[in-house]
This record gives sequence, structure tokens and C-alpha cells, in this order.
Amino acid sequence: MGADFVQFSLTPILIGTLAAIACALPGNFLILRRQALIGDAISHVVLPGIVVAFLVTGTVAALPMLLGAGAAALLAVVLIEAIRRLGRIEPGAAMGVVFTALFAGGVLLLEQSDTSRVHLDVEHALMGNLETLIWLRATGWDSLIDPVALSHLPVELPRIAVVAALMAALTVIFWRPLKLSTFDEGFARALGLPVSAIGLSLVIAAAVAAVAAFDAVGSIIVIAMFICPPAAARLMTNSLAVQVWWSVAFATLSAVLGYVLAGYGPLWLGFDSAVSAAGMIATVSGVILGLACLFGPHRARVGVAAGG
Amino acid sequence: MAETLTLAATHGARTDRAADPASPLAVRGLTVSYGDKPALFSVDATFPAGAMSAIVGPNGAGKSTFLKAALGLIPAVSGEVRVFGQGLAAARDRIAYVPQRASVDWDFPTTVIDVVLMGRYRRLGLFRRVSRAERAAATDALARVGMEGFADRQIGQLSGGQQQRVFLARALAQEADLYLLDEPFAGVDAATERAIIDVLKALKSQGQSVIAVHHDLSTVAEYFDHVFLVNVRAMGEGPVATAFTPEALARTYGGRLAATQLDQLRLTGA
Repeated sequence: MGADFVQFSLTPILIGTLAAIACALPGNFLILRRQALIGDAISHVVLPGIVVAFLVTGTVAALPMLLGAGAAALLAVVLIEAIRRLGRIEPGAAMGVVFTALFAGGVLLLEQSDTSRVHLDVEHALMGNLETLIWLRATGWDSLIDPVALSHLPVELPRIAVVAALMAALTVIFWRPLKLSTFDEGFARALGLPVSAIGLSLVIAAAVAAVAAFDAVGSIIVIAMFICPPAAARLMTNSLAVQVWWSVAFATLSAVLGYVLAGYGPLWLGFDSAVSAAGMIATVSGVILGLACLFGPHRARVGVAAGG
Repeated sequence: MAETLTLAATHGARTDRAADPASPLAVRGLTVSYGDKPALFSVDATFPAGAMSAIVGPNGAGKSTFLKAALGLIPAVSGEVRVFGQGLAAARDRIAYVPQRASVDWDFPTTVIDVVLMGRYRRLGLFRRVSRAERAAATDALARVGMEGFADRQIGQLSGGQQQRVFLARALAQEADLYLLDEPFAGVDAATERAIIDVLKALKSQGQSVIAVHHDLSTVAEYFDHVFLVNVRAMGEGPVATAFTPEALARTYGGRLAATQLDQLRLTGA
């Protein structure tokens, strides 16, 4: 673990881990609210939003990307409601139609526009570019205290660090209202809590995490991290606080193990090229969920056995 | 209070009672609609203080909707709600609410004492630590419903009756003056029903007001002092002795009650 590791593996692992944590934190509440697919949905809707924002502004700066993604999410919500009412079909189906259609539109738009100057193509949208987020200026662990080398860190790292810190802060600050309104919406309303605003803020926070993570690691990781670590964590404990800690641990484990396995696993097996880090990280998170389903201490829903 | 509570035979029998500051809950002209179908239409109701009141009506008559709209949980098309003569926002701290047990996911990762402490939320806010006094209040509320041994139990391990008691304990922890309960006896065992009614009667004896959506007509006379009959429109209200009549029930249920059921009620009422 010398200079090579710092140069080529440290920053992608950190970015992957922070992206995973940023998505897993709101994912805990989305899952308990039976809104787990919102993460999936957002990461799909983000694509056309980002492409349009790029076409309008000509840059891939964070703010226009975020505004584009937000506008796309808003459009998606309006479309879902419209289809649900006019088409008289169930909400899940309306959601599925809108998100796949918007994502497909984003893909077409992307193919037709000249994005060769920037990191914006279909493959990037799905898998991100984690392996390329390396720190060439680093010469070893000493670089971590070298201001010149630090100033050449991949820009994605501070960006996703800020978003992960924001998600952690929001989780801590709004812990009680989030927990209360997630468990018992009616009671929370009766207490005078702004339940609708809390629910909307949660979705917006998830969208911010999704957009920031999408930029660095692509939509595959975003989708996996909203669902797999929190779902596995739920099977480990019957306490919400402990569940959130487990989800952070599982997100970290997925990112680190996934990145290492993608980079070195094929070499160990005798193949000469690495596999996609995003794909491997998502796969590891799925394997963790599978193991939690099989061996997690709280996989059996006790309430069912106790009877009503 | 009680002497003014005559049987309001038809909706729109407007009185000045809605302005009575002593009434724990007074509603005027409440209309709620789901889609294009009104769930409640121009409902007036005034509940007496220090009494146990039942909200009675057939399935789909808008009983729960009435409670939810009165609490501001669902939007009303029109109507005025006064709680102890005040607007809803000003009176929040004086209201405790017990939602329907089935309205939440009991698989949620939390413990019994945690749920009861939710009743202290308005005192705790975002950050205040759960002090020994707060925990004691929650433990005391659990003891009042006979669940003190279950504080650290995961809520998914509770039976239906125990779940209902935990919800009642949470409302008790709110230390309110008005208790609104949505079907508190639905699907609970006889022992729990007894325990709940004892707690509610104790509240009444301390001068607090209880209003419950109730579906079991055979126990209305035994449990409650006051009754409010509703079927989209207000169908009558008043003391159980004068307002809970076979005629009022026939009007409310629109012939959906069998004659034998009415006979039974006449017997229990007599």
C-alpha cells in the first residue's frame, strides 16, 4: 500500500464510499416509507435533466446539473400524476412508464448531442467513471499533508464529501421528526409536524445525493446503494439508530470490497483486465443483502408469529 | 353544557354552541370530499367537556374522516373547527390522538418505550435530551395501560390488543385535555377493551374529555355519555339517553340495521 495505492486507488475508493453512504442514509427512511424505488426513479430521471442542462449551459458544472436534474424530477412527478389520472392506471405502473420513458429520452438526447468534450455518455451515465478519478499528483501518503498535491485532488471528491456530510447532518438534525413521521404519519400530523414538507424534503435530499453520486459513480451504484445497504441493515437489528449505522457500514464495505475485487479480483483469477468497479460495488451490496436475508438475526418478522 | 344538548334531528340545526369556549371540540359546516364524492357534508357537531362521547355511524359514513378532518390531518373543503374555543394550531398541546392501529407498520424498527416517548415530542423538540422525568412520564403512561413490563419490547412482537394499549399510552404521555380515539376497540381482546375503557373513565373522572369513533352499537350506552350520529351528514347528537334512539339509528343506518338489533339496543338502553 504505497504510492501506487494513494495515486490510483485511494481517491476512487473514498469517492465510492462517500457516494454509497450519501445514498444509503436517506435510503433507510425511503425503505421504511415503502418508497425505495424513488431512488431508482430519481437516478433514471436525472439523465435527461443533466443532458438538457448541459445542452443549455454548455458546461457540466454542479449547479446547472443539479437544477436540470431537479427540473426533470419535477416534470416526472407531474407526468406520473397526469398519467395516473388520465390513464386510470395504478401509481406503480405510471411511475414505471414515466421513468423508463424519460431515461430512454435521455439516452437518445445524449446520442444526438455533441458531448465528446465532456464526460457525458450512456456508459458513463450507467457506470460512472470511478476508475478514472485518480490522484496523479500524489507521490505517497505524504501527499495527504501536501497542499499542492491536495489542490489536485479529483474535484468529485470534495463535492461528494460535502453531500455525504450534508446527508449525515440532515439525518442527525431531523432524526426525531423523520422517525416519527415515517412510523406514524397521522400522529405526526396531529402533533402539528409539517409531514408533507418532511416527506418532500426527504425526496429532495435523496435527489441531491443521487445527482452528486451519479456524477461520480453512475446510476448503477446509486440505485443499489439506496436499497441494498439499508435493506440488509434492517435485517440486522430492530432499532432504527442501529439500522442506520449498519447501513453506513454495509455501504462502506460494498464500496471498498467492490472496488478492490473489481481491480484485483480478475488478476487473482488469472484474467488480465479489471472489471467495472461500479458493477462490482453494486454486486457486492447485493451479495451482502442476500447474506443478510439468509443469516441476519432479524430476518424473521416476529410480529407475524405473535399474531394480531 | 348538557342541558343545551337537545337532539339535533337534521343537519344544519345551527346553534351558538360552536362558540362555547368550554366545548373541547365544536365543528361547524364541515365538508370533506374524496374526489367528487362528499365524505362529509356540512356537518355540525358540538361535544361536551368532561364527558365520554361516541361517534357512531355505518361503515363508510365518514366517522374516521370526521376525526381526521377535525384534527386537520386531511383537508376539508369547508368548515370551522374550534378546540376549547381556540383554533386548531393554538390548541395542539391540549389534544391527544390515537390513530387506528392498522394505520401504521408494526414492523417498524423501534421499541414500545420509544413509541410512547413520541407522545412527548412537542416537549422534546429536535434536540432536547430525553430526561429522567420524560422517561418517567412515558413509563407511567405504560403502567396505566398495564404494559409496564413491555418497555423495551420490539413493537412487532406485540399482539393487537397490546399494540392498541401502547397507542393509548402514547396519547396519555401527551398529557392532554382532549383525547380523540379512532376505533380504539377494533380487533382487541376483551381484557384490553376493559383496560382501555377503565383508563378512559379515569380520564373522564379527572375532568378530561374523550371522543371516540365507535362501531359496536351494543356498548354505546354502557361506555359513553354523549353520542354523535353521522352518515355523511350529521344525523343527531346529544346525551345517549335521549339521542341514541332506535329512530335516530334507523335514520343514520338507513334500514341497514336489522329489527332484532334495534330491539336489543332498546333493551340495553332501557
